[in-house]
Amino acid sequence: MDPHLLKELNVARTSRNAVLMLTDLNDGGSRLIRPGDVVAEDLAGPVSRAFQTGKSATVEMGGRTYFLNVHVPAARLVIIGAVHISQALAPMATMAGFDVRVIDPRSAFATAERFVGVDLVADWPADDLSRQPLDAYTGLAAVTHDPKIDDDALAAALEAGCFYVGALGSRKTHAKRVDRLLASGIDQQAVERISAPIGLDIGAASPSEIAVAILAELIAHLRTREVALP
Amino acid sequence: MSSNLHDPLNAAERWKGEGRDVAIATVIETWGSAPRQVGSHLVIDGDGNFEGSVSGGCVEGAVVTEAVEVIGHGKARILEFGVADETAWQVGLSCGGTIRIYVERLG
Repeated sequence: MDPHLLKELNVARTSRNAVLMLTDLNDGGSRLIRPGDVVAEDLAGPVSRAFQTGKSATVEMGGRTYFLNVHVPAARLVIIGAVHISQALAPMATMAGFDVRVIDPRSAFATAERFVGVDLVADWPADDLSRQPLDAYTGLAAVTHDPKIDDDALAAALEAGCFYVGALGSRKTHAKRVDRLLASGIDQQAVERISAPIGLDIGAASPSEIAVAILAELIAHLRTREVALP
Repeated sequence: MSSNLHDPLNAAERWKGEGRDVAIATVIETWGSAPRQVGSHLVIDGDGNFEGSVSGGCVEGAVVTEAVEVIGHGKARILEFGVADETAWQVGLSCGGTIRIYVERLG
């Protein structure tokens, strides 16, 4: 491998950019591919599948063997609401390997004392998310129960193609939320991507148990993502 | 994560910058139960120092030996480890899987 190529690969990984190292195992030739780059027609499917799933693979094509090593950013979790559930979810998700950020405009909730060692922002989600945009490698859990805070964030998460979008609330609360999101112009198919009631159904009762249910659902979405080929 | 000191690809870049010879080993295929997923790296320098992993510690020793040779002659190589035949293997995976590893020289 060319040392300059390795340097370029490491820069992309450090800046949270998805990148793929394509190696021809017959002659050892390598090149870096970014999402959207033009590749040989035969390789386009496998390359796009690798970016979608984050899974590297060996591909046989026209008598040659190629190795596609895809590097996607570490998964992030953005939690909307500095509430009791979040106090358990933030450290649990961190332990499971997610980069976690908690956003809540209510400064009484978003205090450093309640969230020791957590990346916490006391601001409106729309403002913070415009500075730190969501992406396909980010999951979002909206847990404030307050439409003024949750709705914009949910809309942004659907727009950005977040791999997980969960919203706290009963079926009744969620039905009203769906009406509001549809009325705001988001299409039905996108709205149906919201996981609600939030979390795997494990009969969770306490805030910490709900955090476990949310984290399990988040991991399930990350590891079993459907492959949507263009 | 990628800024981690123990990240193998960062180590490879750092070592090369220090003027050390480096080989990169990559898991390219796995069958059955394998301890490290496809794409995992082990990086090795000319003295056999290494960072990262391609298995749970089962075959790293053999890969390091091969990598030092690859550094010497510069020709990339594909290695295969497994437990296909109990009498035929010396270094294998206790988990019962099979892995293929691509070893190439950096630069």
